[in-house]
Amino acid sequence: MNLDFEQPIIELEQKLALMKSQLGANDNQNPAISTAIKTLEDEILKLKKETYQNLTRWQKVQLSRHPDRPYTLDYIENICDEFIELHGDRNFSDDLAMVGGLGTIEGKSIMFVGQQKGRNTKQRQLRNFGMANPEGYRKALRLMKIAEKFNKPIVTLIDTPGAFPGIEAEQRGQAEAIARNIQEMFKLKVPVICIIIGEGASGGALGIAVGDQVLMLENAWYSVISPENCSAILWRTWDYKEQAAQALKLTAQDMLGFKLIDGIIPEPLGGAHTDPLSAYQAVKQAILQTIDNLEKISPQERISQRIDKFDNMGVVNE
Amino acid sequence: MAWFNRKEQGITTPTTEKKETPDGLWYKCPECKYLTPSSEHKYYAYTCISCGYHERIGSQEYFEILFDEEQFTELDTNMYSADPLQFVDSKPYPKRIATTMDNSGLKDAVRCAYGKMNGIDITVACMDFGFIGGSMGSVVGEKIARAIEYALQHKTPLIIISRSGGARMQEAGYSLMQLAKTSAKLALLAEAKVPYISLMTDPTTGGVSASYAMLGDFNTAEPKALIGFAGPRVIRETIGKDLPKGFQTSEYLLEHGFLDFIVERKNLKAKYTALLKMLK
Ligand SMILES: [Zn+2]
Repeated sequence: MNLDFEQPIIELEQKLALMKSQLGANDNQNPAISTAIKTLEDEILKLKKETYQNLTRWQKVQLSRHPDRPYTLDYIENICDEFIELHGDRNFSDDLAMVGGLGTIEGKSIMFVGQQKGRNTKQRQLRNFGMANPEGYRKALRLMKIAEKFNKPIVTLIDTPGAFPGIEAEQRGQAEAIARNIQEMFKLKVPVICIIIGEGASGGALGIAVGDQVLMLENAWYSVISPENCSAILWRTWDYKEQAAQALKLTAQDMLGFKLIDGIIPEPLGGAHTDPLSAYQAVKQAILQTIDNLEKISPQERISQRIDKFDNMGVVNE
Repeated sequence: MAWFNRKEQGITTPTTEKKETPDGLWYKCPECKYLTPSSEHKYYAYTCISCGYHERIGSQEYFEILFDEEQFTELDTNMYSADPLQFVDSKPYPKRIATTMDNSGLKDAVRCAYGKMNGIDITVACMDFGFIGGSMGSVVGEKIARAIEYALQHKTPLIIISRSGGARMQEAGYSLMQLAKTSAKLALLAEAKVPYISLMTDPTTGGVSASYAMLGDFNTAEPKALIGFAGPRVIRETIGKDLPKGFQTSEYLLEHGFLDFIVERKNLKAKYTALLKMLK
């Protein structure tokens, strides 16, 4: 599936591929041919830059949800030399919308936690579209406490359209589970890095997103509500999702400007899905460097900086 | 009636907000249509003497109910909303705020105060649903954070009375971070072993339930309040089924282990006093 603004680029890329495929072994020596190829390549690059440097907020939301975009386990499996997945909340069940486990990067052990989306219909249902239930949040907290116990840094990867709104979710205390996580994450003695890799919707995202460093991928979004639901509430229809995305100012660049996040991890031109290996590399480097910086600070100092940072969020008149 | 013995007194705070009654003299219960003199309705803490229906009251009424002789000192009375996103929907956010201020006589959706409850020093933060659905933006978050700070500094028990549809959309990312800010402050309060009682009233949903409302040492609620993370409409649309009777009520939450007790408003002051005395 291609997004509408991807289409012209993809068409040019197909044309380029076709041109190249029709070349014989000696055709490269013809300067006219190599010039034509170079011209087309330049044209593609120019169009890509024009397109991706001028994306609207809604187009970024579309990119964040691109069906080929790497998900949490894609990052973990491609970043880690070794990964052991850990399951269950020890109380009710194993929520497949929330995954976690211990991994190593360059010999360093890290606890990973994150929402997981599915790529095909069956997987999407299995992962509940990345919408965790209370047991998912409790599983996440359990793993984070294990990390604290064994003095390992924590990396959370956020990618959710929201915590699941269902009967059982309410019955088992969705609100309590999220509130508990938010509060407990402030007290963790180990470094906590949170990366919004796709969608960061509301309390369902924040439930694993209280950290010393909160980073966003370049084309991720993070806000109090999705553009669709915002539109439904304010305009009583889903049709104003583009206006809602504009009004919510939910992009990584917006959020950094408001100082509600600490940094942006650049994506390859065209988005993470066009060159996943580069995206994995960028995330891996960000994790290693951030852990390195955070480990220079004492646990007490980290906690008080973490609290102060969130305490300063908000703008009021008085 | 020992549980609720207080005298009519002049209001000691600048706010002039008053609960509206049909003609100022009578209160007609929306549940059972029972008619009662307004003064009597007030005497019963704005609950129906016939069916027990709890009228949706605001901070002024709760302060009068909880504080001895209706005496209290309000904190941060001048704080009001900014417009960090320049948010515009059907009207610009500052206009919405200004209109709501005029109509409600309130500055935002929470008021905080300290005073004495049966002689015990307490700090209370109380939400006002009348202000954009009791929604939590930067002002609510900051005022609650400062009320927690006050309770922490003065080692007074804290009571937060929630009545809110959740986070305020017009402050988007800022509103979301108020969940974190208030929860962080409560963690500090807990560490100092200062008691915190959360009272959930009708309704308490969204970002408020997913932060301070659920983080009490004691989670309590008024009878028959709607309490939940997702609103019933959203759940119904998501699962495409009707919701069971009594779903997301105080009684449902008590049954599933998320409340310590349900308290009728007319017993609120006596019960909280008894509880806090046991912790001394
Ligand atoms: Zn009645």
